[in-house]
Amino acid sequence: MFFDFISFFPRAVMQGIPLLFGSTGEILTEKSGNLNLGIPGIMYVGGISGVIGSFFYEQAVPAAEMNGFLAIMIPILSSLLGSLLMGLLYCFLTVTLRANQNVTGLAMTTFGVGVGNFFGGSLIKLTNSEVPSIALSNTSIFFKTSMPGAHSTGWFGELFLSYGFLAYVAVIFALGASYFLNRTRAGLHLRAVGESASTADAAGINVTKHKYLATCIGSMIAGLGGLYYVMDYANGVWSNNAFGDRGWLAIALVIFTIWRPNVSILASILFGGLYIINIYLPTPGGQMAIKELYKMLPYLITLVVLIVVSLRKKREDQPPASLGLSYFREER
Amino acid sequence: MLKKQSLFQISKRDALPLPKALAIRGGILLLALIFCGLITTILTGQNPINVYGTILSGAFGTSRRIGVTARNVAVLLGLSLAVTPAFKMRFWNIGAEGQTLIGCLATTACMILLGNKLSTPLLILVSLAASLVAGAIWGFLPAFFKAKWNTNETLFTLMMNYIAMQLASYFIIIWEVPKGAGKIGVINQSSQAGWLPVVGNEYLLPILIVALMTGFMYIYLQYSKHGYEIAVVGESQRTASYAGIKVDRVIIRTMVLSGALCAMMGFIMTSGIDHTLTTTIVDGRGFTAVMVSWMSKFNPFIMIAASLLLVTMDRGASEVSSSLGLNHSFADILTGIILFFIIATEFFITYKVTLRKSSKKEA
Repeated sequence: MFFDFISFFPRAVMQGIPLLFGSTGEILTEKSGNLNLGIPGIMYVGGISGVIGSFFYEQAVPAAEMNGFLAIMIPILSSLLGSLLMGLLYCFLTVTLRANQNVTGLAMTTFGVGVGNFFGGSLIKLTNSEVPSIALSNTSIFFKTSMPGAHSTGWFGELFLSYGFLAYVAVIFALGASYFLNRTRAGLHLRAVGESASTADAAGINVTKHKYLATCIGSMIAGLGGLYYVMDYANGVWSNNAFGDRGWLAIALVIFTIWRPNVSILASILFGGLYIINIYLPTPGGQMAIKELYKMLPYLITLVVLIVVSLRKKREDQPPASLGLSYFREER
Repeated sequence: MLKKQSLFQISKRDALPLPKALAIRGGILLLALIFCGLITTILTGQNPINVYGTILSGAFGTSRRIGVTARNVAVLLGLSLAVTPAFKMRFWNIGAEGQTLIGCLATTACMILLGNKLSTPLLILVSLAASLVAGAIWGFLPAFFKAKWNTNETLFTLMMNYIAMQLASYFIIIWEVPKGAGKIGVINQSSQAGWLPVVGNEYLLPILIVALMTGFMYIYLQYSKHGYEIAVVGESQRTASYAGIKVDRVIIRTMVLSGALCAMMGFIMTSGIDHTLTTTIVDGRGFTAVMVSWMSKFNPFIMIAASLLLVTMDRGASEVSSSLGLNHSFADILTGIILFFIIATEFFITYKVTLRKSSKKEA
């Protein structure tokens, strides 16, 4: 077979998981009516916070004595804390101070990417290493531990069991978010806030609380995407700007799945596949340039979905009606 | 019945007198700068006054630095002016990055393909025209779908950024010099074909062009019929169509203008400043321009000050980081902090916050 699916699929999944975290978080956020364009920055902050946490743990404890539980929990908790702070900042500015969401989001992305690269750079300086990257390979081993039976069950293990635990967490989160949004009363309230904050307010739903909770939890989930990228995908190596434009791709994924976290599971793998498919596709006549056009596919497909959704005007496919608008009760 | 009440009462202000509004803004800005100094001191252990000295000398220390700073201000200002008409219309175009890059790409294409076929003045005209058309297309597409089917423009323009970026990387590999380098390098270095002429010194021409553009944009927005239509559509599309303004047409026309102006800045970057094409040539300035335009309340003259502030911090912070051996991202952190402060200020200008008096009185 000229196309090696068994080696392609796991790599697509590993590319897709950060996007899945990002899009699940962003869907929750957008369902509350907040268009958080700061997600790329938040994912950087989530990644670097985890790196900082595990960096100090690795410095304090010799590799042989590292406790698996702490090695995993310290980065996760510091990552969650970092992205929570970013989420709170976004909420404070857009919900409490009613600032423009687009501008706030873009500023958060500038800031977050800066924080990631700056502290990444400073840690590199602290370690006095020659290479421009931090390697936390001891911590990464714990994150990369795959399911039992990954290598003894042949292709099944390779396709479904060979990932670190965060990958399964991402899938569970996506399913959970989907269930929460569509099957619970709290989810209904959240959607009401995103569709029409004033109606929700009149119905006695606390708009501010819902927006804060959804955005902060969304940010924390998205931040884990950054952590997964560093600890699992990149084997614990942080190098500046390596995360690239995946944050924007996660926002694209939100549109592509028309705000459905469960669809996002498969779609993120598709996007991950499109991200790396250029390695697997033939390059006619040795034209390396054509690979750059393959990389355009995720964005092009998202654009088509965006257009088709707006053409069909199906009500359940539309973005939350008050997406991007701040709510002020006295202003009708 | 005892009802829970929030501690603060928030109400909308009447228009704040300009001196007071400026005083609030200035005060917050000062606070932001002090805060940035504190952060720098905490992170680097330097005396804050020294830090500001380094920032100022980094931005204005030598005549060469002044030139580069002024030119960077011009580029950022030009992009901010370019995005402003669409913003004033409440069209959330965050695609300035892509519109500029596609302008750079069109210019590069002309310079490489026609470099030894046309004379330089003609080549400059052709590249300018090509970049304007490319930018207009990049502006037209999201506007068309927004006007006809209400497609979300923020997400549309975001995708267009990456399409432009991948197109650029495709052509960079096609035209790479030497083969396998993955970059184009300086285009037409020996013949200088298609390079914008040097006026006075190498910094002056972009500055002059953007200065003209500032005046033009002020008049266009303030005194022309188009500018009026943009303002009405921005306030309320229903009012606009009731008043007989063809909203669709205004949206498309304004975005075509916005896209073309962004691409013109791209043309200036490639033909007049960098003489090359990279995927990072715009370097996030398309996004920064959005913030500059918004925090200046769409006023071209305030934008000059805002761009100057951000560029000074950027150049200064890179001086701070290089003198201390830190990396350049430090500038992004400071920019972010200043922006957060400015974003937060708007609230205190628009709304009045008063401590609630005891609830008995109000009952």
